Amino acid sequence: MQAITDNNGVKRYLITLNVNGDSYSRVVKANTTLANFLREELDLTGTKKGCELGDCGSCTVLLDDKPVDSCLVLAVEADGRHITTIEGLAQHEKLDKLQESFVNNAAVQCGYCTPGMIMSAKALLNRNPHPSEQEVREAIAGNLCRCTGYVNIVKAVLAAADEQ
Amino acid sequence: MYLPDFEYYAPSSLPEACGLLAQFGARAKVIAGGTDALPKMKQELMAPEALVSLKNLSQLTNIFYEQEKGIIIGSRATHNDLANSPVLQEKYLSICEAAHHMANNQVRNRGTVGGNIINAVPSADLPPILIALGAIVKLVGTGGERTVPLEEFFSGPGKTVIKQDEILTEIILPDQPFTGSTYMKFGLRRSGALAVVGVAAAVVMDGDICKDARIVLGAVAPVPIRAKKAEELLKGKSVTDGLLEEVGVCAAGESKPISDIRGSAEYRRDMVRVFTKRALKKAIQEGHC
Repeated sequence: MQAITDNNGVKRYLITLNVNGDSYSRVVKANTTLANFLREELDLTGTKKGCELGDCGSCTVLLDDKPVDSCLVLAVEADGRHITTIEGLAQHEKLDKLQESFVNNAAVQCGYCTPGMIMSAKALLNRNPHPSEQEVREAIAGNLCRCTGYVNIVKAVLAAADEQ
Repeated sequence: MYLPDFEYYAPSSLPEACGLLAQFGARAKVIAGGTDALPKMKQELMAPEALVSLKNLSQLTNIFYEQEKGIIIGSRATHNDLANSPVLQEKYLSICEAAHHMANNQVRNRGTVGGNIINAVPSADLPPILIALGAIVKLVGTGGERTVPLEEFFSGPGKTVIKQDEILTEIILPDQPFTGSTYMKFGLRRSGALAVVGVAAAVVMDGDICKDARIVLGAVAPVPIRAKKAEELLKGKSVTDGLLEEVGVCAAGESKPISDIRGSAEYRRDMVRVFTKRALKKAIQEGHC
């Protein structure tokens, strides 16, 4: 990873991340979190920031197919890795089955937790296409819904799994 | 919530990493998964001038068995790496279960076993079961490497015997005679909650006689502690419910809990009694679970 020092002595690093299939190279400071990188450098504001301490899961993205809190990953640590955000799920303007299912099951209230919930659920269905209700609840245990609308969220994930 | 500025290094070898730690001294911190370091920095609980990342030291993520040595767990293995490791699942499912019930899935995909040990939080979930199974940690520094039994590694909340230029590289689980082991955590929620009380038990059973036992208590003392009197009470005896109750009472007496938002000292002490009994029963009846 190449370090670049500007006239004021501030160090920046050249990183390349694959986000939703596209490769992006940017020069960032070491203290840039992956969440801020996605939102501010790439304008991918679907990824939300909540607690920023790894408790709420609003900022969940897939890092090499595994759900992580992007507020607790430094952008420089994600150099060379594959990231999937909520913007990467719809294909050719057609929503992902999970997204459709969230709409159909009214699993969205204020919507703030939704991108993170869907990314956690996506990771679950990728490795376990037919989860039990308990497995769904476990998979989204790191995603807090401030409207407490968990019942329909679980229903939506199970319905999406049935459809597969 | 922004992170303060810091220098960032991602060395590609251990000697280079230790050299950086020696060079910066107390002004540098190691970053592995970042699930502990970054929240602390955001909350201004620490402000290192430099972070030394272990991300390029990929050999530290392996979990494997080595003849005559035992199971080697790389310090950078994540909690989910431990939970899903075929080697661990075969020999010590108890460690997989302890790792699987920590924090939440996102944190388990980043947080590492080394970080869970180094941070020396009294309620950490992995140290009790690792101590019960006789784990030894390998520390590598600029002057070479040394090994320390995990039981002797902690010196207080947030404090360990690791030196400034050292990196915890491996957790070694030597071959041993234990026929069963388990870790039981009592938290206020099933997910994303710290242990109010954590009890690890390992036993050597011969019929219904308990030949040897280790009981390790978490979250009820400044560091994880062995309940040695309780262990002695159990050794060499035929196991009955009455004996396990006595052992639980004894372990409760050995704990030194504090009162905090998650529970009072009295409550914690009584939960030590209950969970010691339950953990022993489980390890005796179900093996490594």
